[in-house]
Amino acid sequence: MSAEVLRAPGSDPGQWFTRAVLRNGPLGGLVALVVVMAVLSRDFLNGQNLLNVGVQASVTAILALGVTFVIVSAGIDLSVGSVAALSATVLAWAATKEGLPVWVAVLLGLAVGAGAGLLSGALVAYGRLPAFIATLAMLSVGRGLALVISGGSPIAFPSSVGRLGDTLGGWLPVPVLVTVAMGAVAALVLARTYTGRAMFAIGGNEEAARLSGIDVKRRKLVIYALSGLFAAVAGIVLAARLTSAQPQAAVGYELDAIAAVVIGGASLSGGSGKASGTLIGALILAVLRNGLNLLSVSAFWQQVATGLVIALAVLLDTLRRRSAR
Amino acid sequence: MTGVDDDEPGGRELLRVEGVTKSFPGVRALDGVSLRLRAGEVHVLLGENGAGKSTLIKMLSGVHRPDEGRILVDGREVGIRSAQDAERLGIATIHQEFNLVPGLTVAENIFLGRQPRTALGLIDKRTMRARAAELLRRVRLDVSPAAPVAGLGIARLQMVEIAKALSLDARVLIMDEPTAVLTSEEVGTLFAIVRELRDSGVGVIFITHHLDEIAALGDRVTVLRDGRSVTEVPATTDENELIRLMVGRDIAEQYPRERPAEPAEPAESAEPGAPLLRVRGLTRAPAFRDVGFDVRAGEVVGLAGLVGAGRTEVARALFGVDRYDAGTVEVNGRALARGDVRAAMRAGLGLVPEDRKAQGLLLDASLGDNLTLARLEQDTRGGFVDRRGQRRRAAEVAERLKVRMSGLEQTARTLSGGNQQKIVIGKWLLAGARLLILDEPTRGVDVGAKVEIYRLVNELTAAGCAVLMISSDLPEVLGMSDRVLVMTQGRIAGELSGERATQDAVMELAVRPVNEGNTYEASAMEGSDVG
Repeated sequence: MSAEVLRAPGSDPGQWFTRAVLRNGPLGGLVALVVVMAVLSRDFLNGQNLLNVGVQASVTAILALGVTFVIVSAGIDLSVGSVAALSATVLAWAATKEGLPVWVAVLLGLAVGAGAGLLSGALVAYGRLPAFIATLAMLSVGRGLALVISGGSPIAFPSSVGRLGDTLGGWLPVPVLVTVAMGAVAALVLARTYTGRAMFAIGGNEEAARLSGIDVKRRKLVIYALSGLFAAVAGIVLAARLTSAQPQAAVGYELDAIAAVVIGGASLSGGSGKASGTLIGALILAVLRNGLNLLSVSAFWQQVATGLVIALAVLLDTLRRRSAR
Repeated sequence: MTGVDDDEPGGRELLRVEGVTKSFPGVRALDGVSLRLRAGEVHVLLGENGAGKSTLIKMLSGVHRPDEGRILVDGREVGIRSAQDAERLGIATIHQEFNLVPGLTVAENIFLGRQPRTALGLIDKRTMRARAAELLRRVRLDVSPAAPVAGLGIARLQMVEIAKALSLDARVLIMDEPTAVLTSEEVGTLFAIVRELRDSGVGVIFITHHLDEIAALGDRVTVLRDGRSVTEVPATTDENELIRLMVGRDIAEQYPRERPAEPAEPAESAEPGAPLLRVRGLTRAPAFRDVGFDVRAGEVVGLAGLVGAGRTEVARALFGVDRYDAGTVEVNGRALARGDVRAAMRAGLGLVPEDRKAQGLLLDASLGDNLTLARLEQDTRGGFVDRRGQRRRAAEVAERLKVRMSGLEQTARTLSGGNQQKIVIGKWLLAGARLLILDEPTRGVDVGAKVEIYRLVNELTAAGCAVLMISSDLPEVLGMSDRVLVMTQGRIAGELSGERATQDAVMELAVRPVNEGNTYEASAMEGSDVG
């Protein structure tokens, strides 16, 4: 095209775009994706739709925040989808079927999530099972227990907890608020707490951490328990949106969660990761799905696009790090 | 300076580097470096860490390309763009980190990618093994070509690397600190092999931090400093002169140990004369047996012996990393729980491990995080870490240790060996350790940083701390220790102090088989044990 001749070198929007994305990592990627979607679809960039994106991102985001802890410490947690479903099921069963006070049921649901994580952590830390295997086992056990407790069918969610799926003032979705709050908690844990700093040390070099007096085994218990706790919160938010606890909910969500963490710039080999990055990673996945829906792209092709975005995001991040060295 | 052989070694010129310059973002790694290597000489490349030795070698092995300058092989200018180019020119490099595949056999490693084939194109195992066996004989390595590489110790791995270089018919052999991880006997074998190669006309570029090896093996020395080739001198040059050339200033003493005139004042909390550390009957068969010794405040106690004598194992057991079967460890008179690193730390112990990259550092974390790692718990109040206080303390200790860094945000991986070691030591200073166990503290550390580490040891002991120093570097152990314990086959074979601590005496104890009678009992009878 002749128009190209008129442009000064470097002012090519494509080049500018690439550089901006490279420099800013995941955030650059999110902005780029939003710009593309806004250009392609007129319906994308309005308040209501953006809030929808937030709601769609919320469950994955909360799960991914918990998984971030585990990945920063060089572990992996495949069980979060199952644990989310199990926690929500226990909550609903306790409140609806057993008639326990709702606050007791909520505490029970959260405790089940943290307990499942604790168990995975114990298998990893004391049983010396590879995290992949321990949490794969928990994935199966959690899903199975959810089915056993519910008898395989959805249980109505107590309406007071169900409000977590509503909006505040008729417009602000509560799941978005919960996600932001959990994001703040995760950021605080990672940056400022003993357990958080220990996650980076264990993930960076477990032997050096141990020789420097970090109580590696106990920290692993806490790390996996936190992941389980975040999964329980995610499960409750999901059930609130669906107004019932479904034993078959959140199947495969663990992979979305891991994808979000990795897109957010964490390394699967441990030692790096940020809560903000993970939130951005979850948003990138949600924006992509939402945008492709608006563009009426088939669900089949959406899967292809999601896979490409995951690969591209990590590829760009690797390039960015290499150029920064 | 004496000896005609040293001035005119070997024959014709094999390799010439002329005015080579190489810049990386922010640094000029090489600045007009020149080097001439003749056939049949051992040419030592000497310089502090960061002087540009690695960059130069990487240029010769095809990893980097020069920005300016020329490289000539046999008088013809060449461009070395890849490892294959280097191979074709007959340049083989043995890096510090070996390029061996653990799961494959010795023969497969030697011929990796160049395996002899049969007429059908399959790998001809018989020929490969026969040729490997021949090469292994040349490097005097008594292992089967069919043995997996995984089980071999470091010294043998190195010999396999040399065999691999020989299989390439290398005319130029570059060895990057080959002796850093070897015991003195192994060094002897290595030298014999290198001499054989030299006599057969190979030009050897040899990098070492051990100055005594230069006169023993080398013919000529090229000194690099700050990316420039300072000069070329004969290998017979006086050690102090070499140091001066290398660091650009005089280092008064290589081992500036300031020994306390009298036993230093014990720490206030301790009973007068009571040892800071008391070890009795420490046993974990077969690694070590009935090990006993004391370390007093203000003392540097050396732990010498051959690699595999059990020194590191004892250190790890003391520090609670590994368990032990019997015996006691007391700090300030109080027994220490077994297998509990945190208890050892609370009692004031600190361990600077032998492999700082694998055991001492979070390589990709910031220097600040590394320095404050061992006091993470101390800095935590109600679950929250005092990050501001940590940054302040890290900055203070980095300043005190003169760590050469761009800032506390720099990652540990990018520091030189000496500065990395300062970070590991600084970690224990911040944690308030009163007894530091230093395991091979100056391995891979250049001369300038070594002296800084020794000074720091002096400072610490002057302040009433104590140091237990494990080292395979005999001059270092003898130069820095107030007393030397020698370990052999898992036992303490004896103690030497003062004038009786000589290299010969240590080696004699180190290689002498232990009989049941001479178990070392208590350090209180200083100097009175009769060998």
